[in-house]
Order: sequence, then structure tokens, then C-alpha cells
Amino acid sequence: MIERLTWWLVRHPWTVVCLTLLIVVASGFGAKNIKLNADYRAFFSSDNPHLQAFEDLQDQYNKVDNILIALVPEDGEVFNTRILDLVEKMTEESWQVPYSRRVDSISNFQHTYAEEDDMIVENLFEYSTDLSDEEIADKQAVALKDPVLAGNLIAYDGKATGINITINLPGVNQAAEVPEAVGYVREMVAKYQAEYPDVGFYLTGVTMTNNAFPEASQQDMQQLYPVMILLILVLLFFSLKGMWGTLATFSIVVFSGAVAMGLFGWPSPEVTPTTLSAPVMIMTLAIADCIHILMSYYHGIAKGESKQAAMVESIRINFQPVLLTSVTTAIGFLTLNFSDAPPFHDLGNIVCIGVLAAFVLAILYLPALMMLLPSKKVSQSFGENSKMQKLSDFVVKNSRALLMSLSVVIVSLIALIPLNELDDNTIEYFDWSIKFRSDSETIADTLTGVQSMNYSLKADGEMGVVDPDYLNTIDQFAEFLRSQPEVRHVGSFSDVMKRLNKNMNGDDEAFYRIPDDRQLAAQYMLLYELSLPYGLDLTNQVNGNKSATRMTVQIDKVTAQEIISLDHRAVAWLEENAPQYMVTEGASTAVMFAHITERNIKSMIGGVVGALFLISFIIMLSIKSVKLGFISLIPNLVPAGMGFGIWAVFDGQVGLGLSVVMGVTLGIVVDDTVHFMTKYVRAKRELNLNTERAIEYAFHTVGVALSATTVVLCAGFMVLMLSPFAINAQMGLMSALTIALALLVDFFFLPPLLLWLDKSRNESRHQNSDDHSQGESDKPLEAQA
Amino acid sequence: MKKVIGIALVALLSSVSAWSETPEEKGLAIAVEADKRGEGFGDSQVELKMVLIDSKGTEAPRDMRVKTLEGLGEDGDKSLMIFDTPIDQKGVAMLTYTHKEKSDDQWLYLPALKRVKKISSKNKSGPFVGSEFAFEDISSQEVEKYTYKYLRDETYDGKDCYVVERYPTDKYSGYTKQVAWIDKAEYRALKIEFYDRKKALLKTLENKNYTLYLDKFWRPGLSEMKNHQTDKATRLEYKGYEFKVGLNDKEFTKNSLKRAK
Repeated sequence: MIERLTWWLVRHPWTVVCLTLLIVVASGFGAKNIKLNADYRAFFSSDNPHLQAFEDLQDQYNKVDNILIALVPEDGEVFNTRILDLVEKMTEESWQVPYSRRVDSISNFQHTYAEEDDMIVENLFEYSTDLSDEEIADKQAVALKDPVLAGNLIAYDGKATGINITINLPGVNQAAEVPEAVGYVREMVAKYQAEYPDVGFYLTGVTMTNNAFPEASQQDMQQLYPVMILLILVLLFFSLKGMWGTLATFSIVVFSGAVAMGLFGWPSPEVTPTTLSAPVMIMTLAIADCIHILMSYYHGIAKGESKQAAMVESIRINFQPVLLTSVTTAIGFLTLNFSDAPPFHDLGNIVCIGVLAAFVLAILYLPALMMLLPSKKVSQSFGENSKMQKLSDFVVKNSRALLMSLSVVIVSLIALIPLNELDDNTIEYFDWSIKFRSDSETIADTLTGVQSMNYSLKADGEMGVVDPDYLNTIDQFAEFLRSQPEVRHVGSFSDVMKRLNKNMNGDDEAFYRIPDDRQLAAQYMLLYELSLPYGLDLTNQVNGNKSATRMTVQIDKVTAQEIISLDHRAVAWLEENAPQYMVTEGASTAVMFAHITERNIKSMIGGVVGALFLISFIIMLSIKSVKLGFISLIPNLVPAGMGFGIWAVFDGQVGLGLSVVMGVTLGIVVDDTVHFMTKYVRAKRELNLNTERAIEYAFHTVGVALSATTVVLCAGFMVLMLSPFAINAQMGLMSALTIALALLVDFFFLPPLLLWLDKSRNESRHQNSDDHSQGESDKPLEAQA
Repeated sequence: MKKVIGIALVALLSSVSAWSETPEEKGLAIAVEADKRGEGFGDSQVELKMVLIDSKGTEAPRDMRVKTLEGLGEDGDKSLMIFDTPIDQKGVAMLTYTHKEKSDDQWLYLPALKRVKKISSKNKSGPFVGSEFAFEDISSQEVEKYTYKYLRDETYDGKDCYVVERYPTDKYSGYTKQVAWIDKAEYRALKIEFYDRKKALLKTLENKNYTLYLDKFWRPGLSEMKNHQTDKATRLEYKGYEFKVGLNDKEFTKNSLKRAK
């Protein structure tokens, strides 16, 4: 069937090539619809509980998307007329930032104080250029003492200050809205930077994080793809030893990527940087198919066959293994759909389309294309098997020692896996080449914590937030949080009430406490609310019906585990010291990302295990042996286990990118096993070889090809390490490591395992077949290569 | 002020003859006419239910009463707002003197403290008790608080309307402009769009269920303010309008606040 098809293909090469081009262009056109998503929320499924908690929080209070502009004067002096005037001007201008809802700084901080019997509410710094040194000193004392400002919008040491812009995106076209707001701020900052060269300006915040995703993608595209393409060309040239085969394969690699992105792109999806690593993977995977087919083809030519006959024969012997490996790889990538993070669904599906497209192109288009290209003289190097012979001899001879020692290595590496710590950090997702990363680190060093957590603390019903018991409880909770080592700043509504109580009592410090009377507190709050100017209302701290307040905790850049641990301590404190209705978990992007890897691994495990069984079943069917199918589970599983063990030794921080490595590599790792096992089984069954000889046969037939594909795959995945986006970089490194380990396991562990478990029952028959094969060993090996 | 009124008169006269009138003149003429039609109500009182609606549709109501005394000559209206719920703010009363030229004066009486406190005058653009209304949206709409520009005629809600832009003159206002739909028959503001400081559409106010009192004064029974940027909304439901109930200046002083009931 496949032979007849291939004959037809090689006889009508022009038709096939033109049709292919047409289809590729038509489907590839869809890629233009793909938009870059500028939203960290894209990493969370809509039913993710931490996302829901965070969305609830934002529904109740203001949105917490923000851009924080930090100003760090070189001389460390914020409190002089020049810098204060700058802060004032920038604060005023920040209201013009598209989608801004609110702007906070030391300048428009609503300073309250008593004057005679009235409470004055006014900007802390206004008309700063007219202020005397004495006035500035007074206001400086206020700013450095106020719990709302200090450690938040003014550094504790007064050497840096910040302007926080709250952003409320309509969300109609997020991909355009985020860059619009960020662009405006950057332009404004550039303008003031020119005017104030001695001041450092730094930007961070949720909106900046969102913006960093598409920017990192663009950098990805610019950096990764040229390297990738060069790498593919070099690798192909060396493994195929010729220009035409290289170009043919290259066209398939590019077409597979185009078809996958194109078909995926037709419904106009929005993608994250993670999804953009798909073409790199597809290109890498597509090469393997072509190498197998072209190597056999050149082999045929070398033997003097016609181009057409050589190609038909090549397809005949490669069709089944290439189909099998494509299907298992596709299944492996489809397991990414079990991930809790939607970008990995896209990644898995795109690569799945790409792998299948590569298969179809390799089987249908490659044969036709090769007919149109000049055939080449093939050196004997394609028969180069002396190294494989040595390898095989070594493995068979030292089988027992290898089995023992590698078992120890494998078991100990797997035992190391629990040493890995889960860690995700949206700032560390980006490497230092992304300005967002370095800006955020500088802000963390000079001004305030760049990660945050929010606690929406419920009171007892509507208007309950003015209850003195409630206010005292949140005040103690704020104190508790402030005493935690990771915490840089806590914003609590209780601080506002304490200050109002003091103001209403003639600024008497003795009254800097929660009012004793509920009605008094309610009426202070009303007066304060009525006194607040445009945009600076209480809705960022108190919800609509005054039944809950939000506590904002700025924390140092700490690991996900430390964030989770801080949250646990906070919840424990609430359970012990507060009424049950107040108990709540922290919500924020930091919390969401702190949990994402764990959730993702949990959700992936089911999918990967299912796929593993499915793949093993396919292997069992294709090699027609249940026992060997089970044996093959070991080399399929062990590489990822070893990889994570090695990772624990050298890095130990497992982030989102690594949580999907099992899925990414599963299908690829299986390919090695499939190729090795099918050849081994064929040797045993068709050629009647004993176990040792069958292993030798397998080494001879697929050893070179497996080594070549492993080099290509490792190199391809290692290209991802160049990505400034840690999820991609780590995924690439770990996948490359796993694939390399897979080859080691297949070469050094699987054969000893087979010698141990699949030793022929009958020793004498084994001896006979050994003799038998010894005599004519060269012929079958050559014929099958 | 005389000058403004002078311009207004000129504008009015020219609107009769209806030629050589700039859009600014026509806009002002419409505002002056609307203001004129509201003149002479003397005093009024009404019960008001304010319902805050968050983006999920959850409602939080609050009851209050408003008494208004019409300003004479140079003075704007005086108003007294008394809070009945929530219970913790019951008895809080707010007195406002609207001024045509300078910022309004406001005082708040806090029964728990038994004191009257002045409210910062710059801050009338903030949200009124957590609602989507700013105080400047519900205070007396004096002609002088804006400059105007007539845009076009348009049918709104089945009524022939003037569409007029107006620009607040107060630098502390939260708006850069408002667009009002004023019906030609009765000069009632049926809809107003509010644009924020970055000139983006912020809110839309719709006044509904207009009722005629004393054969002359139209008042809405329902005002709905929708915030387009936050998806929150606020509904004002007016009930039991009474006119000419004999209120006088003595009931609109700082001292009277404590007795306000």
C-alpha cells in the first residue's frame, strides 16, 4: 500500500511539491492571526482557586494592576524642593496615563491634621518649590513616620520614593492596552530622565510584569530563531553530509512549523511566550523523521539503486517506526492539556499538529522533493558501524557490572528528587537582559517589596468595618505581619482610623489608637470619605458595603515556599486570634504563582501516567510482547527521574517550566526505546538471534541514527536556554538533559536489563542460534541497516 | 457675574432671532434657559434612597433626606442632607452652601462627637459616600460652574434634545467635560456623560421618571449613574417631593445642624 503510494509520489514529483506548497501557504497564513497575550492571568485556568480568590478581591476593591515608578536620586536626597517638585509634577501627569484609576505618591498623600476644631485633609506636598526648609523638614518627618507611606512610597531611609499608578484595563483588547499604558509611562519617564539626569527612574508592578511577557517573546523571536535555524542547517549538513538533503529537510522543518502555527492561528488565539517555544520544538522533532528516511535513501543510492527505488525502499522500512514515534511524541505533547496552565495546552496542541504535519510531509513530500534534487555520491560513512560494534561489545561484556552500577546511580538519583523545591517567581521568570527584571531588583533594594499579598478581612456584616473589636483585630494582625522577616510594608485600614482618631482629638498622640465607640468610628470614616479628593477614595481599602477591608502586604523577593509559609503563618494567626469569618488566605499574583507549579505537577501526573500506559500499550502491540512492553516502561520512565535527581543536585528550584518536562520529553524518550526494541525484537524473531546478538544487531541498525537524533534534539532544546524567559530556558535545559539521559539508558541500561530479564529460556537453543548467526552475521546486519 | 448674565441675555435674545450665534453662545443660552425654568421653587424636601451596586450586582442601600433652600440673587442654593441609615451614621447631617463663583462651603455634623466639622473645599470631586456620584454631580447646578458648547440636536428616549458640552470651571473638578442631553420641550437633563481628567468616558447619568410639581418644576424620580471604568453603579430613588414647605435661612446654619432631624 505504502509502496504503491510512494511509487506514485516519486513519479509525479512536481504535482506533489506544488500541491504541498499550496497547502502549506494556505494553512500557514493563519499564523498572522496569533496575538501575543499581555496578561499573567493567561497562566491560570479559569477554575484555579487562587485566581478566583484574586479576582474576587479585585471585584470587591479597586483593581490592583499597577505601575510603580521609583525615583532614586543619586545623592540620596528626596526631600529638597527640586525632587519634591519632580514628584509633584509626575504625580499630576500620571493621572493622564491611559486607563489609570488612581495615583499615589508622597505628594498627593492625603495628610490629615487638626486645626482648631477642624480636621484638615490636604496633599502632603503641594507647590513644593515654595516650601521653606523648615516646612520640608516637618513634612519629611510626617512621610517617614506614616505607616501608609514609609516602606511603601518612601524608603525607610528616605533615599528613594515612588509613584504608584493603579491601572484598570477595560480588557477589551488587553494585548494593545498594556503596551499603551506602559508606553505612555515610559515616554513620561524618558522626558523627566532628560531633565533630571541625576535621578534613577525604575518601573515595576503588575502591569509591567504583564508587559514583560510579550517583550520577552519578541526578544525570544529575535534571539532564538536565528540561532535555531543556523543550528539546524549545521547539524543537518553534518549528519546528512550534503547540501541538497539539508535543504530538503530544512524545508520540511520550516513547513511543519508553519503548518502548525498556521492551523493553530486560524481561530485568532492569544499566546504567551511559552507557546512561542513550540516552533523550536517542532523544528527539532521534524528533523528526526527526515534523518531516518534520508539515511536509508542514501544508503540505497550508495548501493547503486535508482533514486526512485531507493526512496520507495526507504519509505517501506521507515514508515512504521516513523509513524510509531510520531504518534507517541504527539501523545506525549497532548498530555500537556492536563496542565493547569493554559499556555501549555496551546504548546502541546501546536507541537502535536507540528509533529503530525512533519510526519505527513516526510512521507509524502520528501520523497517527491528528493526526486527533483540532484542525487549525490554517498561516501561509505553511512555504513560506519565499527564504533557501534565496540559499544555493543562493551555493553554485552560488562552487562552485569553496568546493570548493578547503573541501578545504584538511577536509584540514588531518583531518591534525590524530593530535594527539589518548588519555586516560581514572576520577577525571576525574566533574566537580567529584560529591563523589568533589573528595575524590579533595584526597587526591591532601594524602596519597597516588589511582591505583595492581600488579605480581604471580613467584618461582621454591613458597616462592620467600624466595629472597634474588628479594627483592633486587624490592627494586631497588621502588627503580627510587620514582625515577620519577609514583610517590608503592611497597609491596613486600622492605621487610617488611628490617625483620624488622633486628628479629631486635637492631634493628641494619646489618641493614636482605634476609637472606642463604633458610631464614632463610623462618623470619622464618613467625614474622611467626604474629604478625600478625586480618585483617592477608600475603595482600594474598604469594600462597597463596608463589610470588609483589604490588608496589603509588601514582601521581599522571596521563594514561593517562603510566600506559602508566610501565608500559612498569617492564616494560623487569624485562626487563633480572630473570629472565624475573618479567616482568609492571602490572594495576589505572587500567591497564584507560588502555587502554580505544585498544582501543575499534580494535574500533569494523571495525564502523563495515562499517556505512558497508552504509549506502552502501543509499544506492546507493535512488538507483540507484553513482557518486553513492561520492560520498556523502565527506560521510558527512568530518564525523567534521573533528570530531576541531577537537577536537585545542581539547581534544586523547580518552576513552572519544569513541571511539564515529563510531558514534553515522554514521547521523545519513548522514540529511542521504540527504535531499539523493534530492532531487537526483529533480530530475535525474524533472524532468530540470541539476546546478545539481538542487542548487537540493534546497536548496529539504530545506534548511529539514535545518536544523531539525540544530538539534534538536545541541541534544539538547548537553544531554548537562550530565551530570556526562564520557563522556556529551564524547560529547554531539562528536556535536553532528559533526552540525553534517555540515550544513555537505552545504550547502557536497557541491554543489560534485557540480558537479565529476556534471556532465552533454553540455553542450548541460545547456543545454537548464536553459532548460526555467528556464521553469517554480516549479511543480515548489512541488509537491515 | 454681571458680565456672564449679560452675555447670557445677549445669547438668549440672539437665540430668538437664531442667526449669527456661535455654538458657545447657544450652549450657554440653553443652560440659562434651563436654569430659568427651575427658578422660583423656594424650598423643597425629599426622601432619598441611595443604592450602591458593585460590579457583581450586589446592592448596598443608604437612606437620607435632603432639604433645599433656593438661593436668591448672588447666592447659590443651600442644602441640608440628613443621613438616616446606616445606623452607625444616623443623624449625621451635611450642610452645603453652593456658590456661583468660589468653591462651595460644606460642614458635617457628627452626632457621636457632637461636633460640626468643616469639609475641605477642594475635595468635592471625590465619590460621595462611596457612591458613583461625586458631590459635584448632585450639588446645585449653577450656570456659572461651567462653560458651554452646543453640539447638535438629537432624539433621545423619543424626545427632541439639545446635545450640549460643558466644561467645569473649577480646577479641582474631576472632569474635563460633560455631555448633556437636554430635552427641547422642558429643558430637563435626561442624560449626562462624564469624561475624566484624561478625557476618557468615565460615567453616564440617566435621569428618569420625571414628574411635574406645582405645575412648573420637573424632578426625576430615579437617577442612575453607571461607571464605565469600574462597572459599578449607583441608583438614587427620590420619594415624597414637597415644595414650599416654609424652610428658611435659620434652618441652614452651622448651629442648626445639630438639631437637624
